[in-house]
Amino acid sequence: MKRSSKPIFWSLFGAGGMLSALVGPMLVFVTGIAVPLGFLLPRETMSYDRMLAFVASGFGKLAVLAVISLFLFHGLHRMYHCLHDVGIHVGTVLKAVFHGLAIAGTVACIYLLLAAGR
Amino acid sequence: MIMKTYVRPMGWWWLHNPFYRWYMVRESSCIVITAYAVILLWGLMCLVEGRLAFDAWRESLASPWAVGFHLVALPLVTYHSWTWFKVMPKTLPFISIAGRRLADRTIIVSGVVAAIAASILVFLAIFVSVPRISP
Repeated sequence: MKRSSKPIFWSLFGAGGMLSALVGPMLVFVTGIAVPLGFLLPRETMSYDRMLAFVASGFGKLAVLAVISLFLFHGLHRMYHCLHDVGIHVGTVLKAVFHGLAIAGTVACIYLLLAAGR
Repeated sequence: MIMKTYVRPMGWWWLHNPFYRWYMVRESSCIVITAYAVILLWGLMCLVEGRLAFDAWRESLASPWAVGFHLVALPLVTYHSWTWFKVMPKTLPFISIAGRRLADRTIIVSGVVAAIAASILVFLAIFVSVPRISP
């Protein structure tokens, strides 16, 4: 019997769902509302020098990769299943497209993090 | 040969029942979570490109469109968070302590408390890392 890829993608969906449930609202608030508006946190919180130093650290790399990659796996996996709910018939091709996009985003993220850390 | 079969039109089936309406609100959070990840990935790309590109990205985050998006995303991600813990008694394997199954309520409350604690921790970690501007 061919092994299913379902457990892998479901685990990544679950991990992304858990991470976004734990810190998603706060991250959206900080990076999307508080810092850009200078509300509660100064706009310099996300200055070029500070962010570069953050992604140069091991913890920063891991945190950025976890958020971007797992949010992508979570969101795109759920989006794929939503297609069925809105009447779009899904098959292997669409499944590959949605999971492929998450994989591509992850690969791009790893590449950029390695490039940023030098 | 591909046979053409009748496909019942679906329409806006979820509009007719509040349970399904809330279900669709929850599912729609996937759009903003994906978009948020793309925004961050784009920011990382600009960071690697250099100071000029990164400052342009930061500037675009302050635009009314970007702030509007995040203001819409915030309640949706929060709703995702709440529903994630609300179904956790069903998504987790049974947990038994001293022969008794952990109550659903305990699982949900622990999840919500963990999310609040993690959020406070994240905010404080960022807050204390910012150099204070002396008056």
